[in-house]
Amino acid sequence: MTIVEAILLTIVTASTPLLIAALGELVTERSGVLNLGVEGMMAMGAACSFAAAVTFDSTLIGVAAGMLAGTLMAALFALLVLGFAANQTGSGLALTILGLGLSGLIGAPFVGARRDPIAPLDIPILSDIPVVGRLFFEQDLFVYASIVLTVLVGLYLMRTRSGLTLRSIGENHTSANALGLPVWRVRFWAILFGGACAGLAGAYLALVYTRFWSPGMTAGRGWIALALVVFAAWRPGWVLVGAYIFGAATVLQLHAQAAQFGVPSQLLSAVPYLATILALLLLSIRHGRAIGAPGSLGVPFVPDR
Amino acid sequence: MFSGKVYGALAGAAVLALSAGAAVAQPKDKVKVGFIYVGPVGDHGWSYQHDQGRQAIEKAFPGKVTTTFVESVPEADSERAIEQLARTGHDLIFTTSFGFMEPTLKVAKKYPNIKFEHATGFKRNPNLSTYAAKFHEGRYIIGQIAGKMTKSNTIGYVGAFPIPEVIAGINAFYLGAQSVNPNVKIKIVFANTWYDPAKEGDAAKALLDQGVDMLAQHTDSPAPIQAAEARGKFGFGQASDMERFAPKAQLTAIVDNWSDYYVARTKAVLDGTWKSEDTWGGINAHMVVMSPYKNMPDDVKKLAQETEAAIKSGSLNPFKCPIMGQDGKEIECKGKGALSDEQVLGMNFYVKGIEDKIPQ
Amino acid sequence: MRFELTPRTHVSPVMRALAPVAAFITAFLIAGFVIWLMGRSPVAAFDVYVLQPLSDPWALQELLVKATPLALIAIGLSYCFRANLWNIGAEGQYVIGAVLGGWLALKTHGTEAGAWVLPLMLLLGVIGGALYGLIPAFLKTRFGVNEILTSLMLVYVAQLILDYLVRGPWRDPKGFNFPQSVTFDPSATLHPILEGGRVHYGAVFAAIAVLVTAVVLGRTLFGYRLKLTGDAPRAARFAGFSSKATTMAVFAISGGLAGLAGISEVSGQIGQLQPSISPGYGFTAITVAFLGRLNPVGILLAALVVALTFIGGESAQILLKLPLDLTQAFQGILLMCVLAADAMVSYRIRFATRGGGK
Repeated sequence: MTIVEAILLTIVTASTPLLIAALGELVTERSGVLNLGVEGMMAMGAACSFAAAVTFDSTLIGVAAGMLAGTLMAALFALLVLGFAANQTGSGLALTILGLGLSGLIGAPFVGARRDPIAPLDIPILSDIPVVGRLFFEQDLFVYASIVLTVLVGLYLMRTRSGLTLRSIGENHTSANALGLPVWRVRFWAILFGGACAGLAGAYLALVYTRFWSPGMTAGRGWIALALVVFAAWRPGWVLVGAYIFGAATVLQLHAQAAQFGVPSQLLSAVPYLATILALLLLSIRHGRAIGAPGSLGVPFVPDR
Repeated sequence: MFSGKVYGALAGAAVLALSAGAAVAQPKDKVKVGFIYVGPVGDHGWSYQHDQGRQAIEKAFPGKVTTTFVESVPEADSERAIEQLARTGHDLIFTTSFGFMEPTLKVAKKYPNIKFEHATGFKRNPNLSTYAAKFHEGRYIIGQIAGKMTKSNTIGYVGAFPIPEVIAGINAFYLGAQSVNPNVKIKIVFANTWYDPAKEGDAAKALLDQGVDMLAQHTDSPAPIQAAEARGKFGFGQASDMERFAPKAQLTAIVDNWSDYYVARTKAVLDGTWKSEDTWGGINAHMVVMSPYKNMPDDVKKLAQETEAAIKSGSLNPFKCPIMGQDGKEIECKGKGALSDEQVLGMNFYVKGIEDKIPQ
Repeated sequence: MRFELTPRTHVSPVMRALAPVAAFITAFLIAGFVIWLMGRSPVAAFDVYVLQPLSDPWALQELLVKATPLALIAIGLSYCFRANLWNIGAEGQYVIGAVLGGWLALKTHGTEAGAWVLPLMLLLGVIGGALYGLIPAFLKTRFGVNEILTSLMLVYVAQLILDYLVRGPWRDPKGFNFPQSVTFDPSATLHPILEGGRVHYGAVFAAIAVLVTAVVLGRTLFGYRLKLTGDAPRAARFAGFSSKATTMAVFAISGGLAGLAGISEVSGQIGQLQPSISPGYGFTAITVAFLGRLNPVGILLAALVVALTFIGGESAQILLKLPLDLTQAFQGILLMCVLAADAMVSYRIRFATRGGGK
């Protein structure tokens, strides 16, 4: 394996949890709901998936449990913002705080346990192609799943009737409601989908990426996922690009250190964040004001309003 | 939590020498011991090992000792948590991170009848001791193992922050490797965190991608050594024995063993013999313990055991003079035949042969 | 079956006042249930969490100490949130305020500089926080960049700046290369209100901020403008209020107050610059602002309540050996209950059975 291959491989795996969580949030936001609780749902996904995987000695059950945990957290959020029309920003933050706390309680008995690595899926012949072979055809299942998910979400939003409904509701819930579209129901499912994805991303962190659980292991990745959605101007393909750019910035700064450039490590650590701001700025300048933000994003829906 | 746990038992910097006027201690039947941790007890690393020490106290004095801990105490807001312990009847309080130094001193002055112990700091009081461990002794040994076993002739180091404790560790590791393999190269990455498993893992992967085949780490999670295991390379456990996370990759681990010290200090309070002291113990004091040497040829194992014995007996000091700086000039030797404690604890230079610059 | 919401035409002030009380009781019941599930006594937990701290003068003092930065920051955030602008980067503004103010303390260290140092430090703290807060505001008004993300990203950047400074150029030359600055001189120290106490003058600043904000929001055109910008942005534009100016103003205010909190903590509590100067005050203050429903007096109470959960949480660890995560989970539940209770006051909620129309 050459160093370029190796670096690309690391970037892809580092980006995958960000991509999965951001795709879920993208669907939620496209329906007009801003869920700032990604970090909390992800933390719960990590803790529950690990607990279940260890208890039942099954990665599959672990993944399912992680997605379920994320979904349940999302359901709680849906109850607040749809059922009670509560402030979405506040509810999302509450979800994050709750998720970080609860995940600590759930994970505590599993500190010190570990899981075996999942063997990468080796697609014969194709994986022997130089450079791209290892990169494209010898990843773990989650990496493929995340790419398939990107395509599916894109197709769903742009090519299906149901996706169109979801987008119209996100654009303007008042007129969507007037047209008889089921605002609440669609948003409910969109929120749950976001939760399941965040849970899956958490499961990836705990079961594949680190293969052990520890408190606070999401370390702010949920917030990065939120940033990616805006960065991508609410388009799935760009989420993929953004996730890989952020992953690359994170990984390359470490390589820059190992290559002994002698730059302050704090400056290098700040690069991914500064790069995100810069990218947001450039995108905004290029696309003008409303860069694809759903019109009703973050506004509580009450029929008579 | 950035400055997690810098250590330094700086003899020369004691705020107050032992004062003769300290309250006469009485033997006690029951003792309540409190701990302040900077991280969660489940961090697998620093706080986890201190908690092992706490549990050792409970086992050592059944019925006589009760223990308490407060975890994840932010350094900027720790004074209250320490005082809470002082106010709730604790006789002996351990604060286990460098950042707790000033708050511990403040509370200690306010509660002269309670004994305090601060890890890795340098400010003392008649009722405040300091203690730390010479982890660089262990790092010299793993450096030798790495120097012997590397095939790519490039060894790697994942550091948390470029602070003296970590710099001294890197130097000891590299000096060890150099002593058995003069041409060995080292690559260093700072993760800028004590604890973020995914990022630590990424840092390790970056090193492995750049041709490193022996990986030492000075961050708390098992992620780096796991990365080594996944690539079929070798690594060394940090703070606790990480064998279960990397059974094929772990050659040995430098284990922080606070149990003996904690039990001894608790016993001193029970006996009424506790005094303010400054302890900086290494392999000899059993504060630094090497977990079993595994996954290595017998000759390397023998070398490691001999070095460990030599350090234990005092015949070998990792920082024995002459030590050359990066520019090839000799570092002034302020101790007896080796760098002085102050020089080691405040270290901010790399030794000759390290091609990187300390990021500052 | 599904929910149906209709806005209430008239909301009685009594209900509005009772809603948070009901929310608290609900949150305590849920937390009690969790504690019971963990096999502990909810009654003992309530005693340790709430009753003991409230009946102990020492704990009451600590309550004020902890609530001070939270209230200061949250008051500032309430300006932003009222205008529907989501500044979640107060933590970074806090840090930069401390850095800029701390710079003067380090510059004047060891000199004969007089009583002017501290006021100027506080002023620099405000300016530093305000300027740092203006970055996301500028990016938003000029280029339309989403403020939630830029303000959050700038938090990480601010922490790394502080980290760099105290490990590098601002490190105490006599501090054995440990990452901390020199200890501030007395002229650069914000003193306790009572000799020997721990409550410093930052508490007074917080109280002033609450009073001024109450007047500004209730009695001035600016307050009206904020409310209008938040509730009905189009109407605000018709009324001739520039949303850009409002955005810049509220970010400067919230950044400035966060910066003041930062420099007050550093000069009043910590006494030096070090890599970590905040246990997440800037983030916790967001919770406080929402708990206090963006109302100045509400925020003051909320800051005290949140401070109580921290202090009670520590007692619970010590006395009952309940884990810290429980405290955090409780804060989340509490915030959810308050938000839900608010909604119940504003809307009439009905359950409709299926077939009752879309």
